[in-house]
Amino acid sequence: MSVGIIGIGMHPFGRHPGVSGLQMAATAARAALKDAGVSWEEIDFAAGGSDAAGNADTSVAALGLTGVPFINVKNGCATGGSALTTAHAMLSAGSAELALVVGFDKHPPGAFNPIPEDWGLGSWYGETGLMLTTQFFAMKIQRYMSEHGVSTSSLAKVAAKAFRNGALCDTAWRRTPLSEEQILGSRMVNHPLTQYMFCSPGEGAVALVLARGVRLREARDRAVYLRSVAFRTRRFGTFEVFSPSVAIESAPSPTSEAAAAAFESAGVGPEDVDIAQLQDTESGAEIMHLAETGLCQHGEQERLIQSGATEIGGSLPVNTDGGCLANGEPIGASGLRQVHEVVLQLRGEAGARQAPGPRRVGFTQVYGAPGVSACAVLTR
Amino acid sequence: MSSTSVVPVAEGLFILEGGEPYLIGSQCTSCGVVAFPRQTSCPRCTTLEVAERRLARRGRLWSWTIQCFPPKSPPYAVADADDFEPYGVGYVELPGEVRVEARLTVADPEQLRIGMPMELTLVPAPGAEDTGAVTYAFAPAIEADL
Repeated sequence: MSVGIIGIGMHPFGRHPGVSGLQMAATAARAALKDAGVSWEEIDFAAGGSDAAGNADTSVAALGLTGVPFINVKNGCATGGSALTTAHAMLSAGSAELALVVGFDKHPPGAFNPIPEDWGLGSWYGETGLMLTTQFFAMKIQRYMSEHGVSTSSLAKVAAKAFRNGALCDTAWRRTPLSEEQILGSRMVNHPLTQYMFCSPGEGAVALVLARGVRLREARDRAVYLRSVAFRTRRFGTFEVFSPSVAIESAPSPTSEAAAAAFESAGVGPEDVDIAQLQDTESGAEIMHLAETGLCQHGEQERLIQSGATEIGGSLPVNTDGGCLANGEPIGASGLRQVHEVVLQLRGEAGARQAPGPRRVGFTQVYGAPGVSACAVLTR
Repeated sequence: MSSTSVVPVAEGLFILEGGEPYLIGSQCTSCGVVAFPRQTSCPRCTTLEVAERRLARRGRLWSWTIQCFPPKSPPYAVADADDFEPYGVGYVELPGEVRVEARLTVADPEQLRIGMPMELTLVPAPGAEDTGAVTYAFAPAIEADL
């Protein structure tokens, strides 16, 4: 059964003193309902969540108490993807007709400070300074650069692209373009990654209205089809964040497996993708995820990035809204922001950052601790 | 550092034998997979039949970075960021066993390269001025010792 996205809404990302995460969620939900031309009373299923800003279903108090079944999701960086998976499954099964998915968050400034015990680790792991997501991404790209010939220049180009695209996105947080020289010259955070190569925890909210059947057909002029959504956790042998040790034998990453499952289920291949949104916690993540998702071969990124293929006007535009680097990372909202952007692009409504030419197939990928990934394929 | 003076940052992570430190991991008695720290089940084949294993003291640097900003406390042991000194972090591949994440004794990127030989040592843990605790780290080693 076809499932489509018929409405999208967003509360701008960034810092919003005095506005709670739940208030941002309600703003995004109202915007998505308005975009879809649907009233909240008509929604017969909802799912959503945040990592650190409260229970999603509390927002029904602001939207109206309609008795709607609402599943709270708390699944780290895959929170949005998990909520989307749940709604997609409910609609596909015929258990609902109109669903609302919402993701939101509100994090204090600075790096995340996770509690080791929450991740099954001894307190010593945090006490001795090993429990930082930034270290993981730095060591993953450091190894990757040595194996696959990725240059420091490409790390800077990815970040420069993000801030250039973010400047064209009125809901982005970081809207000032930065040169490659400024990015390379900014404070070193974790070698080889500098300050402006990293995203920051932030605030924001995104909501989507999904439909099937008659409600989808009524909206077909603007609907974007959600062909598939798949998420996976890590297998033995992958290299993940918060790992005191890593096996010598290797296995496909959760991103690789989720992407392969999403493509198979959608009946399209990575070569069909016209536009992509990839998890760019830092510059290197976008580079590695390009190949892990199958959008290119390992080692091919250097040529793609240096030739501008991933720019808005390139053959495979990536993170056209500036990604996490320009929007920041409110964990619960981040994955749905990717879908929001792909819907805008496939509708041809992305304004100053609209990718030229016919764009029919879109792809999204999120990744997070302790090794989860969610991928989706969308078509017009 | 004599064994009598050592206060480990956590029990069961490492031991001193003959004046030399060893990490304590576990090995699956069924499929042979080695893990660190010691696990109660095998992360690959899921069996509960795992035995304690003393890990190799030397290996090669698999990847590395320098931690250039003070981690938030908690979970970091040191709350005062004013005296923060950057430190190295890496994964060291112990041949035929596992890649272990650890602090490195050097924090100069010019002195670190993937593939260089490394050797286990003990260093004062962050906050050791108050606790006297030590933790494990890897130091550059001599190629001939590997």
